[in-house]
Amino acid sequence: MTIQVSPVMETQGLSVASQRDAYWRRLLALGQSHPAPLSRLEPLRQQAATCFHATQFPTTRDEEWRFTDLSELLALDLAPSLVQSGVSLPTAAELAFYELPEATCARLVFVNGQFAPTLSAVAEMPPGVYVGSLAAAPEAIYTHLGQLPGRDEGFTALNTAGFSDAAVIYLPKNQVLDAPIQVLFVTTGEASALVQPRCVVVAEANSALTLVEDYSALGRTAHLVNAVTEIWLGENAQVNHTRIQAEADTTFHVGKTAIAQARTSRYIGHSIHCGGHLSRHHWEIYQTGEQTETVLNGLTYLRGHQTGDTHSAIALTQPHGQTRQLHKTIVDDRAHAIFNGKVFVPRAAQMTDAGQLNRNLLLSSKARIDTKPQLEIVADNVKCTHGAAIGQLEADEIFYLQSRGIDAASARQLLIYAFAYEILREIPVPSLQQRLLMQLNIAR
Amino acid sequence: MIVEHSNEILSVKDLTASVDGNAILKGVNLEVKAGEIHAIMGLNGSGKSTFSKVLAGHPDYKVTGGSATYLGQDLWQLDPEVRSREGIFLAFQYPLEIPGVSNIDFLRVAYNAKRKQAGEEELDAFDFDDLVREKLEVVKMDASFLHRSVNEGFSGGEKKRNEILQMALLEPRLAILDETDSGLDIDALRVVAEGVNTLAGADNALLVITHYQRLLNYIVPDYVHVMANGRIIRTGTKDLALELEERGYDWLMPETAATV
Repeated sequence: MTIQVSPVMETQGLSVASQRDAYWRRLLALGQSHPAPLSRLEPLRQQAATCFHATQFPTTRDEEWRFTDLSELLALDLAPSLVQSGVSLPTAAELAFYELPEATCARLVFVNGQFAPTLSAVAEMPPGVYVGSLAAAPEAIYTHLGQLPGRDEGFTALNTAGFSDAAVIYLPKNQVLDAPIQVLFVTTGEASALVQPRCVVVAEANSALTLVEDYSALGRTAHLVNAVTEIWLGENAQVNHTRIQAEADTTFHVGKTAIAQARTSRYIGHSIHCGGHLSRHHWEIYQTGEQTETVLNGLTYLRGHQTGDTHSAIALTQPHGQTRQLHKTIVDDRAHAIFNGKVFVPRAAQMTDAGQLNRNLLLSSKARIDTKPQLEIVADNVKCTHGAAIGQLEADEIFYLQSRGIDAASARQLLIYAFAYEILREIPVPSLQQRLLMQLNIAR
Repeated sequence: MIVEHSNEILSVKDLTASVDGNAILKGVNLEVKAGEIHAIMGLNGSGKSTFSKVLAGHPDYKVTGGSATYLGQDLWQLDPEVRSREGIFLAFQYPLEIPGVSNIDFLRVAYNAKRKQAGEEELDAFDFDDLVREKLEVVKMDASFLHRSVNEGFSGGEKKRNEILQMALLEPRLAILDETDSGLDIDALRVVAEGVNTLAGADNALLVITHYQRLLNYIVPDYVHVMANGRIIRTGTKDLALELEERGYDWLMPETAATV
């Protein structure tokens, strides 16, 4: 069933509240303006649409959006989906910058949320392993797709109600893939559009993989990118996940990464965030078994008038979980970074060992950071620590370097590099560390 | 050692300086020639540390009067990094930690900055590695220090030895040691002092700022100056240091009152 959508929204004469409602509803209509990629997904789409109808356009009066003002989005006039309107594919040369020599296993390229087989490459896989688009995805993923908690959040439901394709990675029991898998989601096209990338990763018991997710753009057209990635770790599975958000600095990007961890599984995540005019990352861990290990490393570097928001939540429900979170932001010019790190430790999560540290570097007098560690601890036999610090490059630090012959500008660069490198050095793909230094414009 | 007709390295005349609007230095006069070791002693708040920071060019400290000539150049015209490249080295009382920057990278960048200033070719990582391992001997540090972040997790003694390692690499003309002995046990003190002594020669000069006479048993000064209230109120030989150790500073203070 297709829904006809008029290209221009009539907003004259409507109150701001009505404008927001109308815009919000239009987003759903845009997403659903093409049919479900597979007919079996129709019920999921309907369910998600129903969820979506219970939500509203987020405003700063919502606690979860208090510091992140989305109202600028209302001025972004979105054209109907680019999926069918024949946007030309980028050439391989245009995407050469994103090539990772280490990703010998697989490279999946999605353009505006749609799989581009001619730009992708998948090596021969061991039996049972699947790395590809939704079309040929194995049956096993359908018990997981769209089932994680947090699915009734507005943007998440919006994506589920309207995604047109998905990157799918499936590892059966005991399967270990050594080389990293790269999934590149590129946004392109001259007309502003709603682009909804989707990624589904299922790592069954004892399996292991390394994933690099790249969100990038060609050109500077402003789009609304609404991405959802779901990762399931079976018992004792291991996933090392790097997510890079480097959209054009005109784009609005909302991303959700939701992870479910079964017992003794290990999720090591790295989130590098430097693009978008206004962006938000919801990073959520749902523990379903005991003795899990979770590491969240985040680095946000914003300049100009960018706004970048990370809202993470670790929901423990079982004993003996260990979590470590280090979130660093560097904010320059008039940019604005927001961090909210929730950790839930209910009574059943005894012997939890949770640590969270948020360190922020302000490089200019107009840069702004809002930070809120939010630990909700009910269990009484746990070790939970948290800390947040906001600082600037200290005159003493710069002077120490100058007193060793390093000029002030180079000293600044060296200190910024040192601050960022603590996160970057954890990424297990060496060429990516170098590439990120370039993308973040951090000199060595 | 005092050498006849040796070159003047530093000449300071009537130096006044303040920090946060408070006058700290109130007229310092000092002449340092090549080959000499000068000790500056005094109580806390006398201005010893401020003096060293002003010479090195710390931005928080404002020169309000007086002059300083270094190797014939007007010191105030030189930015801190230029002073360093021209051969002034300040061993910090509280060396900074720089997590994320490895010691060896830091040392190489500093070393090459000096080479560049002198018009010499910079050393690549391999050649530098050889050089730095040689210098490690001076401070009896082992190679594992090179790959740790600068001063991160170092003990007090290790930080001070790291300062002297930098001094060994940069081979300064004027080395200012700001309370290098504070917080060190006798063994660490001995290693640091021996390191400094191997680096002191006929062409360079040392300014040793210290609270305690103990260091001066190892780094024997040619001149001992006592600072109080932002001025040098007395200059003597190493015996003056011994006298201060025995009698304290009070016996000198009435003299300050008299000269004010």
